[in-house]
Amino acid sequence: MGGGSGEGAPATFTGNRALMLEEPTIFEIGSTDTTGVDFADGDVAGSRLGDLTRKSAIGLPGLSEPETVRHYTRLSRQNYAIDLGLFPLGSCTMKHNPRLNERVARMPGFADVHPLQPVDTVQGALGVINELATWLIKLTGMHGVAMSPKAGAHGELCGILCIKAALEARGEGHRKVILVPESAHGTNPATAAFAGFAVEDIPATPDGRVDTAALKGRLGPDVAAVMITNPNTCGLFERDLKEISDAVHAAGGYVYCDGANFNAIVGRVRPGDLGVDAMHINLHKTFSTPHGGGGPGSGPVVLSEALSPYGPLPYTARTEDGYVHLIEEERAEEFSDEHFGGKLDSFGRMVAFHGQMGMFTRALTYILSHGADGLKQVAEDAVLNANYVLRSLEGTLDAPFAQSGPCMHEAIFSDAGLPQGFSTLDIAKGLIDEGYHPMTVYFPLVVHGAMLVEPTETESKAALDQFIGALRSVAERAKAGDAALKSAPHFAPRRRLDETLAARKPVLVWKDAPVAEAAE
Amino acid sequence: MRYLPLTSDDRQAMLATIGAETIDDLFADVPEAARLSGPIEGLPNHASELAVERHMARLAKQNTVAGDVPFFLGCGAYRHHVPASVDHLIQRGEYLTAYTPYQPEIAQGTLQMLFEFQTQVARLLGTDVANASMYDGSTACWEAVTMARRVTRKAKAILSGGLHPHYVSVAKTMAKYTGDVLETSLPTLGADTDIDALIAGIDDDTSCVVVQYPDILGRIADLKPLADACHAKKALLIAVVTEPVALGAIKSPGEMDADIVVGEGQSLGVGLQFGGPFVGLFGCKQKYVRQMPGRLCGETVDADGKRGFVLTLSTREQHIRREKATSNICTNSGLCALAFSIHMTLLGEAGLRRLAALNHAGACRAADRLAKVPGVELVTPTFFNEFTLKLSKEARPIVRALADRGILAGVSLGRLYPGQDDLANGLVVAVTETTTAEDVETLATALQEVLA
Repeated sequence: MGGGSGEGAPATFTGNRALMLEEPTIFEIGSTDTTGVDFADGDVAGSRLGDLTRKSAIGLPGLSEPETVRHYTRLSRQNYAIDLGLFPLGSCTMKHNPRLNERVARMPGFADVHPLQPVDTVQGALGVINELATWLIKLTGMHGVAMSPKAGAHGELCGILCIKAALEARGEGHRKVILVPESAHGTNPATAAFAGFAVEDIPATPDGRVDTAALKGRLGPDVAAVMITNPNTCGLFERDLKEISDAVHAAGGYVYCDGANFNAIVGRVRPGDLGVDAMHINLHKTFSTPHGGGGPGSGPVVLSEALSPYGPLPYTARTEDGYVHLIEEERAEEFSDEHFGGKLDSFGRMVAFHGQMGMFTRALTYILSHGADGLKQVAEDAVLNANYVLRSLEGTLDAPFAQSGPCMHEAIFSDAGLPQGFSTLDIAKGLIDEGYHPMTVYFPLVVHGAMLVEPTETESKAALDQFIGALRSVAERAKAGDAALKSAPHFAPRRRLDETLAARKPVLVWKDAPVAEAAE
Repeated sequence: MRYLPLTSDDRQAMLATIGAETIDDLFADVPEAARLSGPIEGLPNHASELAVERHMARLAKQNTVAGDVPFFLGCGAYRHHVPASVDHLIQRGEYLTAYTPYQPEIAQGTLQMLFEFQTQVARLLGTDVANASMYDGSTACWEAVTMARRVTRKAKAILSGGLHPHYVSVAKTMAKYTGDVLETSLPTLGADTDIDALIAGIDDDTSCVVVQYPDILGRIADLKPLADACHAKKALLIAVVTEPVALGAIKSPGEMDADIVVGEGQSLGVGLQFGGPFVGLFGCKQKYVRQMPGRLCGETVDADGKRGFVLTLSTREQHIRREKATSNICTNSGLCALAFSIHMTLLGEAGLRRLAALNHAGACRAADRLAKVPGVELVTPTFFNEFTLKLSKEARPIVRALADRGILAGVSLGRLYPGQDDLANGLVVAVTETTTAEDVETLATALQEVLA
């Protein structure tokens, strides 16, 4: 007990420490007869509820408006966010969120329209989808795009279903194997398995790339596809991707590319030129839509000519008269002739409506703000910043792929140089006390004790220098055996949290009984 | 380029530190043939904030805004008034620009909010537990079907004809690849829900029955007999709620012994947004919690014994379990869940009940008024804030004609069920607290004219 920030200082009556504020839950401060909303007066007569009128209490506490504003403002101050500082989560990609995006997304013409309005009353909204689709196709050098997937993993599933549909259309539904390199995102094999495929691993080479020879050797008539991440999760460019694609195609399979890291190459490399058949794009990563503490994401999937006919409905299509059509089930045949050479053969619908419209407006705003020159600069600065971090720290932390060539947008380090008893986790928690959100830890799995740092292009040199200094200092404390690091963080709103207890005795909803009792 | 802080001097200094001559040296691993030499075809160079704002505003103005016209659309997306403080709070950078709370010591704001959200959702749905949200109602519905397969080790799911047809489409798409067997049917344009038929269809191979409450035509049915019939055959009852405000007025599915309750939370805090992002709700009985998909926040203690919150039970998730994950979902709708939770906190139980009562009373009045229009028949005897009219003509062209008069009249069943002649005259009308008596009168008058 004890410790924490302000060692030696007396406890406070409130539990607050100046601007570090404790906040009870709404269940402790609200009451079921309090409300922060005033409604119109008037009778509410009439009942067509059958005999299903709700009689029991629900148990939902309310707060007045000032209490509500204060509760959520106080809670917000216990969060780290990109607005507060560098957020170096590799492969998660946290860059500045332009506020123009927010203003645009809230324009009533986008925010206050219903997905089932008659199509000619939403031409602007459909126009946004169509325009964004056009740029995504051109930026990737692909043929088509499925806009509706709701997140990156959902996009992966979409791409794999396109591949399955294409194989079945070719009469090759017997191809049941998907090859996934070790360095792929963990979601890749999960997605393939969820869609009914058998997953086989392909090893990585010592320099952190796909073992091309092993992959080629495994190709055969049972292989449906290869799922590859480029730039990969070691932060490296897969130099052999075109060669791999050619071999996969020759063997009758398709190439799925995890495009989570597209921000490293946007404007400089088009995945379509590398033979990719399907690739999801995390709009929140490459095109800076806010991630809001865990979503929403958005994962459109760009498709090659071979896969385009099989993508999910709905599609949009702009005809020569400028009208944007919404192609749903009933119009699929009509548009198949006009736009897909008679081949449109969609595998179906993946979500109820048209996808993450609120993300589309933001992503399009971002693309137009940067333009062709700016997007190229985005990739260049992201790569420059990552290499700067790598070279500045390789003498301090083990950098397993430092000799494998330049890294792309993220730099990977490991716990190999740390003394016995110190781990990646200690480095991460030490960084919290330095005022930073830690990097991605223990991922990718291919590196033991991985630390994946992604600075992104929206960090200044001064910000990077301070971060590098902080990380170096923490690493050197670990090397010196500083035991205080083992109990970090000391200055955060909470000390190390007991995650084992949470999993062993899950408390997932608020109950009157205090958790301490439930725990022991 | 206003979002890029590096100066050219910075870039030169950094290249020197790296030991590279030019930025191209850092792209050395990209084969020459794959490097894009020219600009992106047709994409102009960077633009000022003003220019982009004007471009997007021009597109926005091409849409008919729901708030500007008499508006009656529902069917899975509802227009409610969202208090100003909701949008204000979710735009705080500490929420808006935070990532998934992987480092709980500095993410207690998001984590406590998710814990509160889970509790609010569980109480509203009448379930023991709820998760930290799904993509939307339709994907939550499909995940519930796969969860029922995992729990029961049976593969036949029976989907009610009253289930939103897009939700059915999503399930059909996915079932093609997962081996689930779906039994589906169409709704009938009448007073009766299909509860009796659903009960009759349950057999020993049935994993679950999926029923919407209120259903796609707005009808409400007691789910208890259906739950009992499911349980007698060791099947699960999955209830789908697309209008959570309804649960302020009617019994929760959990109260009627549903095993899994999923829903679309868009009504509270989120707004229409042309269909997304929305927020999927997912609750279930305690005994199935380890088969529940999605993210979960749990309460625990820190090294000083203080209460804190963490993401938990994540070993079910796909970024960890690779091919053994329980679902495809890998994220949640954090910011939309926050909006839902703030709106619910502002309402509280008293406010939610009042809001629900206002919605229902408005819908009753509108149904009575519209049923007086010659050629219009109210076919749903029970409903909450959404009901179905049978018109004397096909509804789809009527909706189109009313849109030309500046009225967004509802969702025609022809739009939802193209090619189904016996549903073609159906019009689903939603009424919320944002609908005025004048709006209803305008619709009634115009409807009378276009039907004449």
